Amino acid sequence: MSFTSLVFLIFLFFFLVLYYSLPEKCQLHILFMGNILFYLSGGLTSFLFLSTTVVTVFFSAKKIGLLEKKRQEAFSKIKDKSEKKAIKVFYKKKQKKCLIFCFVINFGILFTLKYFNFVMENLNQLLSHTTWNRQFVLLDVLLPLGLSFYTFQSISYLLDVYWGKEESQENFLKYVVYATFFPQMIQGPISRYGKVKDSFYKPHPFEGAVFYEGSLRILYGYFKKSVVADRLLPIIGQLVAQPDDYQGIYFLITMFLYAIALYGDFTGGIDITLGVAKLFGITLQENFNRPYLSRSITEYWRRWHMSMGSWFRDYLFYPLSVSKFMLKVSKVSREKLGKNLGKRIPFYLSTLTIWFSTGLWHGATWNYIAWGLANGFVILISQELSPFYQKFHVKFPHMAQCKTFVAFTIVRTFWLMCFIRAFDCYASVGITLQMYKSVFFHLSLEQFFSEGLSTLQIQPIRWISGIFGVSVMLFIGAITSEEKNFTTFVGEKSLIVKVSVVYFFLFSIFLLGAYGMGYDGAQFIYNQF
Amino acid sequence: MITLLPILKELCPDVDLETCSTLIDDELLVSLDIITLVAEVASQFDIEIPVEEIIPENFNSLAALDALVNRLEDE
Repeated sequence: MSFTSLVFLIFLFFFLVLYYSLPEKCQLHILFMGNILFYLSGGLTSFLFLSTTVVTVFFSAKKIGLLEKKRQEAFSKIKDKSEKKAIKVFYKKKQKKCLIFCFVINFGILFTLKYFNFVMENLNQLLSHTTWNRQFVLLDVLLPLGLSFYTFQSISYLLDVYWGKEESQENFLKYVVYATFFPQMIQGPISRYGKVKDSFYKPHPFEGAVFYEGSLRILYGYFKKSVVADRLLPIIGQLVAQPDDYQGIYFLITMFLYAIALYGDFTGGIDITLGVAKLFGITLQENFNRPYLSRSITEYWRRWHMSMGSWFRDYLFYPLSVSKFMLKVSKVSREKLGKNLGKRIPFYLSTLTIWFSTGLWHGATWNYIAWGLANGFVILISQELSPFYQKFHVKFPHMAQCKTFVAFTIVRTFWLMCFIRAFDCYASVGITLQMYKSVFFHLSLEQFFSEGLSTLQIQPIRWISGIFGVSVMLFIGAITSEEKNFTTFVGEKSLIVKVSVVYFFLFSIFLLGAYGMGYDGAQFIYNQF
Repeated sequence: MITLLPILKELCPDVDLETCSTLIDDELLVSLDIITLVAEVASQFDIEIPVEEIIPENFNSLAALDALVNRLEDE
């Protein structure tokens, strides 16, 4: 059930009516039913995989929580330090068993469904170069909707309970509502239990202002998706499909358009998610914070898809960096390579591991792996260059405030990300590298000035919509701030402004959006992850 | 009582560590520094800082860090 389908809107309407017309004590039950029905619409097999994750994580976390309570009880009865230590080790061991059991099942499902065929295809390719005449059979399975998102969200909850950051949820219904909340099943955000639980479990009386805020956010999301992303993506598709014809400057145009379309698609999708949640009175975590205004790639990753970035930081980067293995690596590398270089080795290894994993999380292809590693290497290079930047700023202290310099760093970061993002656009790593090369050796300026994009025969409506949509997004970006987002901003205005804004978006989508009978609305790019 | 002043001083030489309480919030300590700090504590004091303790509140100031290490030493 896609956000852009009529069925989804009918489904949403029906559940909202039920949600607010029945007593507040029924709200969790209605959400529970809504989540189940939403996911069942994606097929029974997908539903069974989701159920496995939900059940194993809920009961493992419950057991871990129970063991923690027992440990605390035992602690309160004894005073001896060594005895306390022994008890701690005893219970931690038991908790670890629950954790590993859950990891094996859930990462097992993730690996089998998402990565098994990729590994086998590569093995088959290797085998085809040998004399051993054997090929592995591939699995014929459909990837369940939002598999990576719900697995990561469930694991974050489990680890938070294991680390004692959160108490386990004892009520199965409440847990299911958090773990399977239908708007976020499509493309996140990956919500942290501790950050959203209160919002989920409190009663939600109908509030006009909150409902308006949610509706406006949904409209803005549809605007970004249908007026900007869905109008530009077909142009990008045409440019990417013919890499031999569209190189050099065309590659730069493609990447520029892709940056805009991806922003419209992904932030639009998240706007719809957060807006739908708001209609139910639930506030989810924000996933973006003006990413294209970032001045460095590290800052970019703190502002783009924030819930994924923080997941990898908290549940992979730090656990790996401070693991016994890494501490050993750190010790040995310091002894062998000296303090300065030695201390960097664990950081390099952890950084490259998380970016390799981030690439894999996006998809089981070499393109995504190359994309992830490219991010990792650029981050490491900028980390290594930071002493030079610091010296530069000491020498030119006014530069940090100089608007031209700030603009330069923003544009530099934007284009750097455009280049890296090319890996997830083109058909293979080889073609992407060819495109990079073409920027330096085959700029195609002559072709561009004589033909432009006329050979693509793009309908004018696409350009008109794209330019209009981007202008609106820029205007909204300019009048809002980090502290006050668009919906809050409009929410404070007079009734006439509020109504006008709604009509503005409705008419824009109606006149310029990509939709209608026979139109095959493009899936959200992040749905596939 | 363990003090981490010399280790921290090496990581952020230009910061007044006695008064600063925003080492993480102001990005004076970044991930490389945190990993280095954890490794230094492990090698110099034989104390492992578990991953659940790697939260901004524990790394924002010298006092918070000292308190963390002393607490872990006591456990």
